[in-house]
Amino acid sequence: MRVLAAMSGGVDSAVAAARAVDAGHDVTGVHLALARNPQSGSASAFATRPHRSVARGCCTPEDARDARRAADVIGIPFYVWDLAAQFHADVIEDFVAEYAAGRTPNPCLRCNEKIKFAAVLDRALALGFDAVVTGHHARLGPDGRLRRSVDLAKDQSYVLAVLTREQLAHSMFPLGDSTKAQVRAEAARRGLAVADKPDSHDICFIADGDTRRFLAERLGEAPGEVVDAQTGEVLGTHQGAYAYTVGQRRGLRLTRPAPDGRPRYVLSVTPVTRTVTVGPAEALDVSTVYGDHPVWTCGEPTTVECEVQMRAHGETVPATVTLAGGRLTAHLHRPVRGVAPGQAIVAYRPDPAGDVVIGSATISQALPETGRGVPVGAA
Amino acid sequence: MAYLDHAATTPMLPEAIEAYAATAHEVGNASSLHAPGRQARRRVEEARERIAAALGARPSEVIFTSGGTESDNLAVKGIFWARRAAEPRRTRVVAGAVEHHAVLDSVEWLARQEGAQVDWLPVDEVGRIRVDALRETLAEHADEVAVVSTMWANNEVGTVQPVPELAALAAEYGVPLHTDAVQAVGQIPVDFASSGAAALTVTGHKLGGPIGVGALLLARDAPCTPVLHGGGQERDVRSGTLDVPGIVAFAVAVEAAVKGQQEFAARVGALRDELVQRVREVVPDAVYNGDPADRLPGNAHFSFPGCEGDALLLLLDAQGIACSTGSACSAGVAQPSHVLLAMGADEGRARSSLRFTLGHTSTAEEVDALVAALPGAVERARRAGAVRKPAAGRPTAGRSAAGEAAPPH
Repeated sequence: MRVLAAMSGGVDSAVAAARAVDAGHDVTGVHLALARNPQSGSASAFATRPHRSVARGCCTPEDARDARRAADVIGIPFYVWDLAAQFHADVIEDFVAEYAAGRTPNPCLRCNEKIKFAAVLDRALALGFDAVVTGHHARLGPDGRLRRSVDLAKDQSYVLAVLTREQLAHSMFPLGDSTKAQVRAEAARRGLAVADKPDSHDICFIADGDTRRFLAERLGEAPGEVVDAQTGEVLGTHQGAYAYTVGQRRGLRLTRPAPDGRPRYVLSVTPVTRTVTVGPAEALDVSTVYGDHPVWTCGEPTTVECEVQMRAHGETVPATVTLAGGRLTAHLHRPVRGVAPGQAIVAYRPDPAGDVVIGSATISQALPETGRGVPVGAA
Repeated sequence: MAYLDHAATTPMLPEAIEAYAATAHEVGNASSLHAPGRQARRRVEEARERIAAALGARPSEVIFTSGGTESDNLAVKGIFWARRAAEPRRTRVVAGAVEHHAVLDSVEWLARQEGAQVDWLPVDEVGRIRVDALRETLAEHADEVAVVSTMWANNEVGTVQPVPELAALAAEYGVPLHTDAVQAVGQIPVDFASSGAAALTVTGHKLGGPIGVGALLLARDAPCTPVLHGGGQERDVRSGTLDVPGIVAFAVAVEAAVKGQQEFAARVGALRDELVQRVREVVPDAVYNGDPADRLPGNAHFSFPGCEGDALLLLLDAQGIACSTGSACSAGVAQPSHVLLAMGADEGRARSSLRFTLGHTSTAEEVDALVAALPGAVERARRAGAVRKPAAGRPTAGRSAAGEAAPPH
């Protein structure tokens, strides 16, 4: 097959591209330039230190250079594709809009859905490629099923679960059967200089990791009240409800402690009234989760017993999931704490050969066990 | 492989490689006073004389540099600084809108860092600088202008500029004109003295010499403040130990290129004409950019409507055909060509362009290979161009929902 390897400049995508070559594919490497104004020509752009320590992310000139060097070593053609405009519109603006709407988006998931396996894949197919290969840690077998990586700590099936069967049919994830340690060792064996490059953890377009400031710069100040869920009492003020996420405990800056002395958590964010509602930990427990925009990777069930995961690297719980009228409903078999609207709910079927992704949806609402009281999430 | 990117760099001539290797065996710093130093210096001075003779300059007017970018920087910044130092009111720089980035960015740097005012000379639809625009600028601001810089021939679309006319005009107002002749030497006649230019950039690797060596031809009366300070080599205008083997090989290449220029223009020009004709036959809606007649003999430049140049490049590259989209930034991200935009092209046409450049090793088989591969590549690139819709507004709805649900398993 002719395959296009998306190469971020990191170790995973480099090894994935090399494995695709070993598997006999005709591989072309592409680095996606996603930042609008890459700092080209800056004094630090090609510093001698092997890995930058300040700038993070996946689209700096250093990353492009690392990707290019990996392509050289692997022996494949290499190009840079400029997707900054699409990335800005589909990922960054979406990220800001979601926070403004009181939800908690996952930009990596959005990037997979809109950029890597949409804009890039569509262009690749049109140019005569058969598939896109990436360094995601997930398994994708000949059956077209997306499964968790053998390395559960690095598993990325959660951020890929938004992909449709059609998208998966043109995707390759050669790393799913390996642990991260094995990938690094293989990179070193192959002479890839990125073998010991640190993992990227942060949101790539927020270089300093300060999401609150990033949002404040774009959304401005929008002061409002922090309110006790039970008493309705105003416990403090905030400069922008978008800075709060359901389940958040730190940085609430409340004027007085709870009467029982226990910590309080964000229960919901209501952008219209700029209200952040807080309460005790147990008020975060939810048992019913609703989701919009469902994608069924394995065909469309009506009701299925499965396990669900509701944030990246979060725990899984058994649930009964129903799909009706384009809406997903999950009845959790035990309560889960801190489910944030905007995150994805991903349904898995447990399997010794790797849990299989059944489908996913975007969480719209989560309700406590009783089905009464304040629904957690955006009102 | 079909190498159709000679304007990026062209293979070294065998005699230049030979001269390089022979000289590289010798030891000696051309600034040393002992016998090996004198020997190295002799090689440099012989090379200087050969280059001067080939390009219509005096030996003392040849300043060796590391190549085109350095020569352009030295001319634009150095003449600006020197002229402004002598007459503080001279803070204007006049340059063509289609200059190479080595000039463009030097001028913009002067504007940013030195407060220079800049007059960009517009071009017509084939990329030729409008002489009347220079006349108007000089009529209004002649006593403020420090330097004028206009290239001899454009590196992207190949259009030859009316340099003698522009230089004569500048001379009329007592303003020095620098010209970047990197693409021109060896392709069309270039004579420094008769051009009227005060400074001229030439580089080795575009004409069969090595990469990393070039020269600025600088008239004796043209003031120029150095950019590089140090040992005081090259009339104190350009310090740095001279690259003796590179300079010797450069001189061999310049001499051969100038001597063979007419033959080159006839042979390569005919091959280029064939390429153009056949490309138009297989892609009838291709737009031929630049001056159809008064252009570099090795240059063919097209826009392929509906395609992205970088998609075409990738597809042709995969079939062993090397060509260029024009300008690229350091990260390798294609920007729409400022040359095409200055010629009045819209962004789509600028982004859809591709440059094929021929040189001394070009063959009819390479043209055949391009003509065979191009129609398929254009068709695919058009399909890819069609899927690149502009990004939508709010996109979270996804490509999911019931409509795209897969069949039950």
